[in-house]
Amino acid sequence: MRAMSPIPSIKPAPRLEARGITKRFGALAANEAIDFAVEPGEIHALLGENGAGKSTLVKILYGLLQADEGEMLWNGRETRIASPRAARALGIGMVFQHFSLFEAMSVLENVALGLDRPGPGLAERVRDVSRTYSLPLDPDRMVSTLSIGERQRIEIVRCLLQSPRLLILDEPTSVLTPQEADALFGTLRLLAADGCAILYISHKLDEIRALCDRATILRGGKVVGRCVPAETPVRQMAQMMIGSGLRDAVAKTTRPAGAVRLKVQGLDLPPATLHGTALRDIGFELRAGEILGIAGVAGNGQGELQQALSGERPVRQADAVMIDAVPAGDRDAAWRRRRGLCCVPEERNGHAAVPEFSLIDNAFLTAHDRADLVSRGLVRRDRARALTRRIIADCDVRAAGPDAAAATLSGGNLQKFILGRELAQDPAVLVVAQPTWGVDTNAAAAIHQALVGLAEAGGAVVVISQDLDELLMLSDRIAVLQGGTLSATLPTDGLSSEHLGLLMGGAGAAAAP
Amino acid sequence: MSAEMLVSLLLTTMTAATPLLLAALGELVVERAGVLNLGVEGMMLTGAVSGFAIMSLTGNPALAILTAVAAGALLAAIFGFLVLSLMSNQVATGLALTIFGTGLSALIGTGFTGRPVPGLAKLPVPVLSAIPLVGRLFDQDALVYLAIVAVAAIAWFLKSTRGGLVLRAVGEADLSAHSIGYPVLRIRFLAILFGGAMAGLGGAYLSLAYTPMWVENMTAGRGWIALAIVVFAAWRPWRAAGGAYLFGGITVLQLYLQGSGLLPIPPQLLSMLPYLGTILVLTLISSGPFRARFSPPACLGKPFRPPT
Amino acid sequence: MRILVEPRRQPSRRLWTLTPILALVLTMAIATALFAALGYDAADSFMAFFVSPLTDLTGLTELAVKGAPLLMIAAGLAMAFRAGVSNIGAEGQLIMGAVAGGGVALAFWEQSGPWILPLMALAGIGGGMAWAAIPAFLRVRFAVSEILTSLMLTYVADLFLNLLVYGPWRDPDGMNFPQSRLFNDDETLGILVDGTRLHTGTLVALVLALAVWVVMTRSLLGFRIRTVGASAAAARYAGFGNDRVIWFTLLASGGLAGLAGLFEVAGPIGQIIPQITPGYGFTAIIVAFLGRLHPLGIVPAALVVALSYIGGENAQVLVGLPKAVTGVVQGLLLFILLASDFLVRYRLRLARRAGAAA
Repeated sequence: MRAMSPIPSIKPAPRLEARGITKRFGALAANEAIDFAVEPGEIHALLGENGAGKSTLVKILYGLLQADEGEMLWNGRETRIASPRAARALGIGMVFQHFSLFEAMSVLENVALGLDRPGPGLAERVRDVSRTYSLPLDPDRMVSTLSIGERQRIEIVRCLLQSPRLLILDEPTSVLTPQEADALFGTLRLLAADGCAILYISHKLDEIRALCDRATILRGGKVVGRCVPAETPVRQMAQMMIGSGLRDAVAKTTRPAGAVRLKVQGLDLPPATLHGTALRDIGFELRAGEILGIAGVAGNGQGELQQALSGERPVRQADAVMIDAVPAGDRDAAWRRRRGLCCVPEERNGHAAVPEFSLIDNAFLTAHDRADLVSRGLVRRDRARALTRRIIADCDVRAAGPDAAAATLSGGNLQKFILGRELAQDPAVLVVAQPTWGVDTNAAAAIHQALVGLAEAGGAVVVISQDLDELLMLSDRIAVLQGGTLSATLPTDGLSSEHLGLLMGGAGAAAAP
Repeated sequence: MSAEMLVSLLLTTMTAATPLLLAALGELVVERAGVLNLGVEGMMLTGAVSGFAIMSLTGNPALAILTAVAAGALLAAIFGFLVLSLMSNQVATGLALTIFGTGLSALIGTGFTGRPVPGLAKLPVPVLSAIPLVGRLFDQDALVYLAIVAVAAIAWFLKSTRGGLVLRAVGEADLSAHSIGYPVLRIRFLAILFGGAMAGLGGAYLSLAYTPMWVENMTAGRGWIALAIVVFAAWRPWRAAGGAYLFGGITVLQLYLQGSGLLPIPPQLLSMLPYLGTILVLTLISSGPFRARFSPPACLGKPFRPPT
Repeated sequence: MRILVEPRRQPSRRLWTLTPILALVLTMAIATALFAALGYDAADSFMAFFVSPLTDLTGLTELAVKGAPLLMIAAGLAMAFRAGVSNIGAEGQLIMGAVAGGGVALAFWEQSGPWILPLMALAGIGGGMAWAAIPAFLRVRFAVSEILTSLMLTYVADLFLNLLVYGPWRDPDGMNFPQSRLFNDDETLGILVDGTRLHTGTLVALVLALAVWVVMTRSLLGFRIRTVGASAAAARYAGFGNDRVIWFTLLASGGLAGLAGLFEVAGPIGQIIPQITPGYGFTAIIVAFLGRLHPLGIVPAALVVALSYIGGENAQVLVGLPKAVTGVVQGLLLFILLASDFLVRYRLRLARRAGAAA
């Protein structure tokens, strides 16, 4: 790597400085007069909740969107970033949260697509860079065969090959095990030491404290604070990020465990898609009043497990899934719901709800049977409307009314509606996947409270999540899903996230207590 | 069957396969970019009639072929504008293109029905065409050669060039391609234009060389078979060539059996063969062990709008 | 100034209803310009194509006669398209319905009795269903796209009809013309208005469209169909039996097309001939979209598209327009309709050019 040649007496200009960046979408100002600067060799955090305007800002910095107002200075000189290509020409690299990768292509092709002039000997250079920064990568592998962590390495290597002067990472650890995240931090510190400026976007306070030199905090599209994370209490940062009315996390309660409500044994499921994960010999038991957490890194079979439990993909052996001791493995979702097994899948739009349907139709979607909304094959519209109103009121859903399309609701409100719809059916067993994904903090707290409430009322809850903090807070027991197999369930008390991280990384034997 | 006859059958297979191959190659590129254009039949017909009209009016085959190519591309441009800029449903828009193209070709062709034109001139390949017996295979018109050259050129483009890599990327993950900074819609529009040009060319081959005349609906479903060939070929150019020759062969075999009177089978049953064959092949490749190796471009048929 | 395109938070209901009318008006304008460009008098050809068929009893009843098969087929297709099932082989299903039902008529040509027509109708429905069952089976069992299979089967059905009419079903007393015996009186549909071809089948078509309306808007089945089409994953999550919905919509649309085919041979045609449809199975696709896949919307839509057939014939006779303009007008109509859908989902706004915008 090129050595920096700092001029001692004069403070160098920031690598990138943004002044008064404003971006509006219709009436909504996604970014309003945002100022911040990233220095060479600095790891700078951009901290904010979902919807705070981080993604918009990052897209502007990488040339994917154009600001309506404001200016940008690169090494002290005013510049315009018209396209991602122009951003790369300046020396800006970007690691996307939702990777910009091509599944059915090789690692090498993926890297080449991200470079403006790939040049000859690319495979060799990929190997060089991956050695230098300990990011092991085989250029000839197909992306579809790689784990999420490996995929992220492609994005990083792709940036590093262009010797970036500013590297932007958008929520990079949301898909990593704690150990993988630590390795990533090592790489980033190495890069910063080389003089690369790093802009690190996250809402995870702990890792920002561990990694970042300075932080700029966004809320509602505006800069609401700046701090040195290492010297600022977490609580104070959280307050700045969320604003007033920070709700406390649910208090842990102990509930008496009742009869077995859900029993899963020897559950196998082939992958649904070409690049999916097969489930092998899944087994666990869940009692009334219990919350079971299923931890794991994305892409290890979470979607498949949710579909196997809900009945979206039935299996041959009836006794693979037992609801209240009744075999249900070979039954579809409608049958299982009649038996009291309800479910909230991870993807809200186009799975848990139909975006273009009204809230009434979306309530009817799953509740029509248990809420008695059909008579002689005909829809009982009045009852459906009444139920929808009740869900909206009970769950504090912000919507224009029962006739509003699901697509018009924010992520948090739609999630509250969906959860409310399932709870309205008085479930014996509730399976929820990523209940607070992309949901603001207050909605998340409300959702957690509702899940605990169901357990206290004698329901049994399975929470499939990648958020370890969420699982440690909610669950009585936790099992780890890795490569399509489920570990033994472990009591949450005395369980560390390091231990879980090892299990999530597939080091089951090493992690055995 | 004599060797002479076999060569004759091969010869007619080549000519029967050429329009299918040209149209299929165009559609293959379109689908690789992630767009499904069901309007091939309409574009072929319009290409066929406009090429024929120019040939009949000017007698200039090069001009006729160019007109057919332009006509196909023009119709494709309408399709491209609708599905890319206005994000209309690709299936419905493709059907509209076929209905419109069929009507338009009949309208243009009203004054040309039954008029004869000279077929395209044969261009013998030096040396090869002098070989006894099989030499006839190397004495064909320019479009037959062009179709084969196009297979090699498209295969090379997709596999070995940067442009091909980007085109495949756009069809595989449009959002990723967009976030890296590739102009997804522009690339797709160019692919659609190319597909239209190739369909027009395939149509021109029918009306200028295969049967040098204009008859309403003369493609008789070849546009749809071209679409099936793309699926059959698993979106790979050389396999498309194989598919086109296979379907061309089925057509020729049916004509041969019909003409020879060897089998006491009604001609209509034999004429069903290409269509039934298509269904059979689609069934074989859509499931079971073949499926994994034949997966379509991931974004095929999905509309794309740059996110904000 | 430049035009900004903004997605609407919710598709505009008003424009959803209005744009088909807008598309129709635009199509008429463009078509008239096309007639003029072809060297015909614009006013005369406009009148002949779009107006004069609506000014007398014959024209109006013909509108219903041509509209009835379009309506029946489009009602079925509306269900299929709503479920995301692209049945584009209704033309073949229509032919097979005519073949099956007409076959019954030919088998009992010496019999009489009120039972023959219902039996023919059942056979017609069965023929269409059987033909649609092939793509349904292939889609559900082998994941074969129904688009190409249903279409390929149209060509097969056409050849099959051809085979019968030129072969075993040729009228022995018909001077070797490729056509069957004439159906007897008990095998043909009753006429509603003397001196016209308006037959009882048109009423059946209306009743069936109403029935489809009830199913689609009021019943659980209709909700299941809409959900499967809007989101297959959500339908599976709700436990709506996606495969059964695919089967149902294909069989229903095939059955309706088959009945439409039988009504053609048992109505206006009265026998089996090689050409029993001027492409009703394809143009019904336009009807379905023009009617917004809504069973009530397709009633006027069917009449509009029927007008393009009658207007084409009329304009050929009166001003000498080539018959092929019918196809062009139909294609234009669908194009313009699909383009106008953009306005339903997006809002156009004039805005001052922003400083940094590209």
